Amino acid sequence: MFEKLMNILKSEENTEKKSSPTSINNGKKLKIGYIHLSGCTGDLMSFTENYDELADLLDAVDIVYGQTLVDCWEMPEMDIVLIEGSVCLEDAHSIKELKEAREKSKLLVALGSCACTGGFTVYAKGGQRAQPQHSSFLALQRLVKVDMALPGCPPSPQIIKKVILAAVNNDMDYLAPFMKFTENQDACGCDLQKRIINQSICIGCGACAAACPTRAMTMKDGRPSFNCDRCVKCGLCYYQCTRSWWPIDQIKKEMGLE
Amino acid sequence: MIQDSVLGPHKEIITARATDKKILNKSQDGGIITAILVYALEKNIIDGTIVAGDSQEAWKPEPIVATTKKEILKAAGTKYTMCPNLAMIKEATRRYGLEKIGTVGTPCQVMGLRKMQAYPMGLRNVMDKVALVTGIYCMENFPYDSLKAFIQDKAGTVPEKVTKMDISKGKLFIKTADNETAIPIKQTHGYEQSGCKYCMDYVAELSDFSCGSVGAKPGWSTVIKRTEKGTSIIDSAIEDGILEVTETNEGKFGLEMLRKLSTNKKKQRVKNVDKALTMGLEVPFTRSDLKEDILENR
Repeated sequence: MFEKLMNILKSEENTEKKSSPTSINNGKKLKIGYIHLSGCTGDLMSFTENYDELADLLDAVDIVYGQTLVDCWEMPEMDIVLIEGSVCLEDAHSIKELKEAREKSKLLVALGSCACTGGFTVYAKGGQRAQPQHSSFLALQRLVKVDMALPGCPPSPQIIKKVILAAVNNDMDYLAPFMKFTENQDACGCDLQKRIINQSICIGCGACAAACPTRAMTMKDGRPSFNCDRCVKCGLCYYQCTRSWWPIDQIKKEMGLE
Repeated sequence: MIQDSVLGPHKEIITARATDKKILNKSQDGGIITAILVYALEKNIIDGTIVAGDSQEAWKPEPIVATTKKEILKAAGTKYTMCPNLAMIKEATRRYGLEKIGTVGTPCQVMGLRKMQAYPMGLRNVMDKVALVTGIYCMENFPYDSLKAFIQDKAGTVPEKVTKMDISKGKLFIKTADNETAIPIKQTHGYEQSGCKYCMDYVAELSDFSCGSVGAKPGWSTVIKRTEKGTSIIDSAIEDGILEVTETNEGKFGLEMLRKLSTNKKKQRVKNVDKALTMGLEVPFTRSDLKEDILENR
């Protein structure tokens, strides 16, 4: 009787394995976690905007950890953890959560500019309610090793989807630039002046102005014109600039020009 | 797909021009871009397009969103100075509510647009609305004050009086109602914007299709069909009589010329890239000794 039951369970297990679309990622679903540090939840909103389109993807990934997303209090082991927001040095819980996430994840992704380079939280000096002592906010890689930085204020739903799909499909070529972005410790609209115009490589295309979420960047006489007071330090003007880095192979692949 | 490091990936190269006389009168050469954008609008392939429109100052374009044939026609013709068309791409979806955006760009603008499509880090819900990417050939571009220097100092007139500017046969032509000045291109060197020194793309290699006068007889354009989308729109425009086709000159003043100009540009720019990288400047392109083919746009 007992043996019979075991067999039934086994065959059930087998059929379950067969029916779930687990051909990607070596037959296992990717375990994804989402952690919210000091950010405005904009990145999460952008992430969740994909829910309709990601219905297929949910067969390939399990969201195993995340406030508002999963009812789970103990941080599990994760394949990928997406972390939104910068880390506050006066908030011991944030630091602990970040370090624990590093230990329990294979791939730690800084999602959004606050996590990548501090974003607009670098303006904080403390003195605000309800936590006046919270005054120092840092990019994640100042405290832990970050594997990928996905900038944006917020990153568009489209790029979040593309990155998750690339991770599921093990497309490291697509992900390579985001690994490189972890080298940037900070971001500002003046990067465009220093790293593009001053290097004599600006071509006046206007990509920076289109990318800027706050209209801090506009075009004047064929060159970007930067209003520092409006800048939220997201870095999009630089990352989206035609001349900052050049992913020719990826473009040819996506546009059917190979 | 033909892989070609000189003219970029393409399916076919043809010589064509618009059949609409109104377009031909207003446009630079064969009126291909104008005719196709109007055609795409009428066929509902696009619902508007970002073009280089007029600003307060003569010959200083500014990007506008055109949603009618009249507006597209008004923007026809080449302006030899920077027009940050990409800056309008978000506005086109937000302020104008476009769902299917048409675009026209120089090679560098097409590069930027494609990069935005491949990596849309900002630009929420924008890049999925780009429906058509047309490209024009470009050797280099001039800051507006360089143009003014040519017009005032060399042609002895003012921008308001200029009726057409054209670069062909190694000269920059500045035409007014009663005069025409030809400035040898060599004399314009040093006036181009510095970013062009590193540009490895002459023929908008990443566009859906690109076109320009080089390689075609006067009044016609050499059209390079690249993507599925670009190929099908050119083909159906020919079928519908929007464009007419003539025999393509493969010889010295035809495609050979186009290949020669592109090769020359690329060879010169490779040297500049090497030089800049040696100086320690941040140029996003690869050193020539690390490239399999030095003419490639990478």
